[in-house]
Amino acid sequence: MEFLWDGLREAVKLWLSGDPEIIEITLRTLGISIVATTVSLLVGVPIGAALALKSFPGRRPVVALVNTGMGMPPVVVGLVVALILWRSGPLGALELIYTPSAMVLAQFLIAVPLVIGFSMASVQQINPRLLDQIVSLGASRPQFLWLIVREARLGLLAALMAGFGAVISEVGAALMVGGNIAGETRVLTTATALETSRGNFEVAIALGVVLLVLAYVVNLIFTGVQQQRRPA
Amino acid sequence: MERGGRVVLRLPAFAAPRGQVTAVIGPNGSGKSTLLAALQLLIKPRRGVLTLDGAPMRDDPLGTRRRTASVFQEALLLSMSVRRNVETALGLHKVPRGERRDRAMRWLQRLGVDGLADRHARELSGGEAQRVSLARAFALEPSLLLLDEPFSALDAPTRTTLIDDFAAIVRETGVTTVLVTHDREEALRLADHVALLIGGTLRQSGPPETVFSAPADPEVAAFVGVENVWPGALRGQAQGVATYAVPGGDVDVVIDGAAAPAALVCVRPEQITLDLPDHDGPPTSARNRLPGRVAAIEPAGALVRLRLALADEGVMVATLTRPSLEALELEVGSALVASFKASAAHAIPHQGASG
Repeated sequence: MEFLWDGLREAVKLWLSGDPEIIEITLRTLGISIVATTVSLLVGVPIGAALALKSFPGRRPVVALVNTGMGMPPVVVGLVVALILWRSGPLGALELIYTPSAMVLAQFLIAVPLVIGFSMASVQQINPRLLDQIVSLGASRPQFLWLIVREARLGLLAALMAGFGAVISEVGAALMVGGNIAGETRVLTTATALETSRGNFEVAIALGVVLLVLAYVVNLIFTGVQQQRRPA
Repeated sequence: MERGGRVVLRLPAFAAPRGQVTAVIGPNGSGKSTLLAALQLLIKPRRGVLTLDGAPMRDDPLGTRRRTASVFQEALLLSMSVRRNVETALGLHKVPRGERRDRAMRWLQRLGVDGLADRHARELSGGEAQRVSLARAFALEPSLLLLDEPFSALDAPTRTTLIDDFAAIVRETGVTTVLVTHDREEALRLADHVALLIGGTLRQSGPPETVFSAPADPEVAAFVGVENVWPGALRGQAQGVATYAVPGGDVDVVIDGAAAPAALVCVRPEQITLDLPDHDGPPTSARNRLPGRVAAIEPAGALVRLRLALADEGVMVATLTRPSLEALELEVGSALVASFKASAAHAIPHQGASG
């Protein structure tokens, strides 16, 4: 137990000293996660809405694929992205392996099934008669989609939280395609894993707590938006 | 028109007169909601053309939808404040931003829900929400107002007051309206014109008084509440009045043109007056007087429905008020005389009838 307390004490010291490396890793983590989540929302929400609203041949296997993707092990995603971006791989010429872009790509692939799944579920919950009413009100296609997204916003915020939660806490894929290079691709999760393996528990604890606090604060903000009091 | 691969509505022609309320009535499954869905461009007719002011509606679906407004059975409001619900609809119809608020408030006020303008739409009662839906529809100032049973989900008092308000507004705006309803009272109260659908075909259309008192066929008669439909054989005719022999006696019927040799004679229960046989009150203008006995007395809302056994196994249904029932001291088995005017009876030419 002793080393746990020592670790915590050390962690507090690290935060108070404003260790530049921790700040840098934290900002990078936030940056990569935000970009990956944003892209997954831009791609995933329209796909989820389309899957909820349209019926087409082959819809069922696609939905099953999305549901599988929601539970996909990040390590597998990491492996696939690494193989694709490997110097001799199909997209090797882009030289993206071990860059933040590669990490964004992997995290996007992890988040997008979650976003599609949650979006689909929340759009499906809208009363189908309301969809008819919106059409009859004279909404154009983009206006229709905007009003649908607005109606489904609580569920879509859940999609956002699920996506962001998945990418910020993910370590396997980040390590495999990012390489945990100091000053370039090291993020909170990979740094925590590294410090733990080195026995630097106080640094690992400090990083772990930062990760937790970060995830909490971001979700607190999302939750605040989601649970906003309705106009009185 | 098809739904689920099944033809549910065949209409050779249907027109809603401009500036009038057309009630589309009929029993469940008659195709009336399908007709409305087609006018809302929510489903596509397999054949035929829909026009609005002469222009095919489907040529420019978005433009057409922006000239119409729909209200459904349940109030379908967006998850936002009442006022923004109306403003958003006005926005979709390209009403300039600066006008939206005033126009929204004006119509909310007209429907008596301006006090709820800042409330969230999900916090309203059914009646309040439907008032907001109607305010939204009227605020759009449509060329065509399409209503799908908008009052049927409301409780009776809420419904009555809302129908009154709606009737006043619709008269005042003169908006061309198609109202789908299965409620005869609603059609009588609101419509200038009634189109009656049964089994996916248009059976009769015309002014409500005509459809309700002079049904075109027995099924229409049954739907519009004409409970007395007797097979009759023509005995003679003179000066626009035909005499038919029906089970229970001879009946005079006002006719238009030549009388059919065989007909179904129809009389609405509320057109029949009941008296005791020895009654010697003021003479009435009723030409038809049929003696009978009370076979059953059933409550029917505010009224009482009486089944009468006439001569020759004839049966008649009549309604009367509870005070009248008590004044006449009627009970099962009482003898009485049922009378009605020749103008209250209607003859449907009918091949199968024989007297």
